[in-house]
Amino acid sequence: MTGTALPVVDTGCRDVPVLKERGQREVFCGLTGIVWLHRKMQDAFFLVVGSRTCAHLIQSAAGVMIFAEPRFATAILGDRDLAGMADCNEELDRVVRQLLSRRPDITTLFLVGSCPSEVIKLDLAKASQRLAVEYVGKVRILSYSGSGIETTFTQGEDACLKAMVPALPETQEQNLLVCGTIADVVEDQFTRLFRELGITNVQYFPPRRATQLPPIGPNTKLLLAQPFLNETVRALQARGATLLSAPYPLGVEGTTAWLRTAADAFGVAPERLASAIAAPAQRARTAIARYKPALEGKRMFWFPDSQLEIPLARFLARELGVENIEVGTPYLDKLLVDAELDLLPRTALSEGQDVEKQLDRCKAAAPDLTVCGLGLANPLEAEGMRTKWSIELVFSPIHGFDQAGDLAELFARPLDRVGRLKV
Amino acid sequence: MQLTLWTYEGPPHVGAMRIATSMREVHYVLHAPQGDTYADLLFTMIERRDKRPPVTYTTFQARDLGGDTANLVVSAVRDAYERFKPQALLVGDSCTAELIQDQSGALAMGMNLPVPVVPLELPAYSKKENWGASETFYHLVRAMVGSAKRERPQRSAGQRPKANLLGPTALGFRSRDDVREVRALLESVGVDVHVVAPWDATPAQLQSLTDADFNICLYPEIALTTASWLQRTQGMPFVKTVPIGVGATRDFLTEVGQLAGVDVSDALDAAQSRLPWYSRSVDSTYLTGKRVFIFADGTHAIAAARIARDELGFTVVGLGTYSREMARDVREAAQQYGLEALISDDYLEVEAAIAAAAPELVLGSQMERHIAKRLGVPCAVISGPFHVQDVPARHSPQMGWEGANVIFDAWVHPLMMGLEEHLIGMFREDFEFGEHGSHHGKAPAKRQEPEPLLVAVAAGAPAWTADGEKELKKIPFFVRKKARMNTEKFAVERGIAQIGVDTLYEAKAHYGK
Repeated sequence: MTGTALPVVDTGCRDVPVLKERGQREVFCGLTGIVWLHRKMQDAFFLVVGSRTCAHLIQSAAGVMIFAEPRFATAILGDRDLAGMADCNEELDRVVRQLLSRRPDITTLFLVGSCPSEVIKLDLAKASQRLAVEYVGKVRILSYSGSGIETTFTQGEDACLKAMVPALPETQEQNLLVCGTIADVVEDQFTRLFRELGITNVQYFPPRRATQLPPIGPNTKLLLAQPFLNETVRALQARGATLLSAPYPLGVEGTTAWLRTAADAFGVAPERLASAIAAPAQRARTAIARYKPALEGKRMFWFPDSQLEIPLARFLARELGVENIEVGTPYLDKLLVDAELDLLPRTALSEGQDVEKQLDRCKAAAPDLTVCGLGLANPLEAEGMRTKWSIELVFSPIHGFDQAGDLAELFARPLDRVGRLKV
Repeated sequence: MQLTLWTYEGPPHVGAMRIATSMREVHYVLHAPQGDTYADLLFTMIERRDKRPPVTYTTFQARDLGGDTANLVVSAVRDAYERFKPQALLVGDSCTAELIQDQSGALAMGMNLPVPVVPLELPAYSKKENWGASETFYHLVRAMVGSAKRERPQRSAGQRPKANLLGPTALGFRSRDDVREVRALLESVGVDVHVVAPWDATPAQLQSLTDADFNICLYPEIALTTASWLQRTQGMPFVKTVPIGVGATRDFLTEVGQLAGVDVSDALDAAQSRLPWYSRSVDSTYLTGKRVFIFADGTHAIAAARIARDELGFTVVGLGTYSREMARDVREAAQQYGLEALISDDYLEVEAAIAAAAPELVLGSQMERHIAKRLGVPCAVISGPFHVQDVPARHSPQMGWEGANVIFDAWVHPLMMGLEEHLIGMFREDFEFGEHGSHHGKAPAKRQEPEPLLVAVAAGAPAWTADGEKELKKIPFFVRKKARMNTEKFAVERGIAQIGVDTLYEAKAHYGK
């Protein structure tokens, strides 16, 4: 189906009523964040305290990345732990000692709570304090919960970063703190752009090494690179930092607005910003234009996954002429998507999920492209629908000017593919 | 609490999912929190299934605990029944639901649904995936067949005997292709396949299992409990030999012949596998005595060891399984090879055992593929857990005559071919030939030199003289590691502190080859 006219860019989605659903959720739990967090902070180790299911989940989500001994593991609870025959705390201490003696290169250990550890009320915060005493000066030991009863997919990163906030050193200096895991190459691009704006005191959170924690204080300005750090933002605000509300740096418009927000906050002259971004923004526009014919007027349906749905739908609608039918998101926190909702052309919004009902709506709408997880993608393809699997949007570098074309291509590819195949 | 980097098996409810997903007209309501739906993509991605697994997850959250979780079960069961109208419903808990003790199975039983409801109690903190699959299959069959003895319809004269194939499942290694192969094998001796289960079966078909004359237990991990129960309660005998390899296929046909009362001698004479001739052809002399380490599920490990020794002429230097339920069988098998079986689901222990055995070929699961890659040893995958690439588009069975052909290719191709090995020996001094001149393109990444994995001898380990090292370099790279190891072992045993040229050759003479 092709739209004959571009969707009217109207008053945005700020006042659109949100369909709130409860039911079966086809979304990962927060443990999955370990898959990218352990690659970002290469001196950190993530020890899930949970069941065989947790171990199986992470290794399935990590797919074939079994190239070396991983920097994550599971302390699998057994019958003896549950029956009280073994003191869980003693057992946990034993496993941590076993692990740290194997891996002397680890500088930070995260004890990660799971559904079973939460249900049996195993206090990992206490455990981390206890173990921190034993390993003081050698290994920093922190804890957070990635359990599916409390967190959804990318909320695992939020919980992890929040756990690190108390460890951040204090500063009185003015600095810019960019929050949310982004690829190293994108970080470097942003650092160069900030430098051209004259903003030189920039740090990233999470850092590339868990030992190099960014400083924070009353003169810290927060700029979010990812839309899922609610708790972390509140913890950072409690330490005096100021949140800069901005759209996310996805696409030309998003990246420009994001940088402008920082520039304004640091008193950078608009002309300086304009000249700094002129070349990369033009490159991005050129790169995006290549995919516009494939995507313009296409109708898109979004299943909830990573929280990136609203910013991505905004990018596709405003820069590629996509018509969004329904944008689903695991949860909607206006604190984090305020600026995005103003920009997103009117569309149905849904929060939470009842996957069967949502599938009914999706099939009835017969979109040109459905953005969904890998559990749904092949079954929908088999029914003749085109899909884009959403997890790639979390694992690929998509932020910033120089990735904008790649981001558009990710959505254009399934449509390109269907055009090529003659069987 | 057990420190686990990688697991061979998922939790038992994933085993139950494998049964539900294998079948038609079955639905599984799983009391589970958000996140457990990850298991769907094992099926949709690894096996490229074109349907979602027939599973409804209750998706309870922290705020439901202590309140509403039992109601969630009831509404999920009701909705799933209304939407999918299955012939039978499985209801059970994931690991977290087990802790909150909602008795989901009992709740569903109390709803008086017009179809059989099979409650599953699969202890998640002591059992694993294959056990869960086996239990689920057993309870479902029991529910459909009933425990009363059924009269088998009298077979009229001239009617061919009928057998059920029990055990092929979703995410079973090459189940799809093995079913076709075994069907053809049975066809060749005049036996019809009645029901294949759980693979593609319906609950209604399970009800008719007892119409067959006997059962064939293709995967003991999944179907032994069920086959034994049908034997006990319904007097149905079952074939125990798993037809993987030429010898086992012959034994299988013989056993089928006995149970079905048919003459299988023609089929045995017409054995269609090329494996025996390929193994005898001269190029295969280079396979002689290749050291092979086998670690897999029980069924495939036992079968692989027999093929390796008796059909390819390898030397089995290690045999083990992660499957505790099959431990006894694998131990017995290992004895035949003069080995002590490795029974473990600790990936690191398996890696250490493989390194210590210094094999020239590893046969294992996806896990062993990674271990072998790290150690620079060729590997073929023979069992789950496996990767999407182990679900090939082509017909690629493990069982029957064609299975033996597939196995010959799959195990031999990762090795250096015979003639090529010879050429490398001839040309190894040629500077252009180097260590990359194999048909594999590049030599495996990081075919690390000594990598003193084995230097547990470390303390007081003998040192190599410069001459000794130089001479060692002249040995082809693919046996150099073994030569180094053997020489060091030889030196340690004799208290030789310095390994020179002489020690190297004395060790060579001592060990042979």
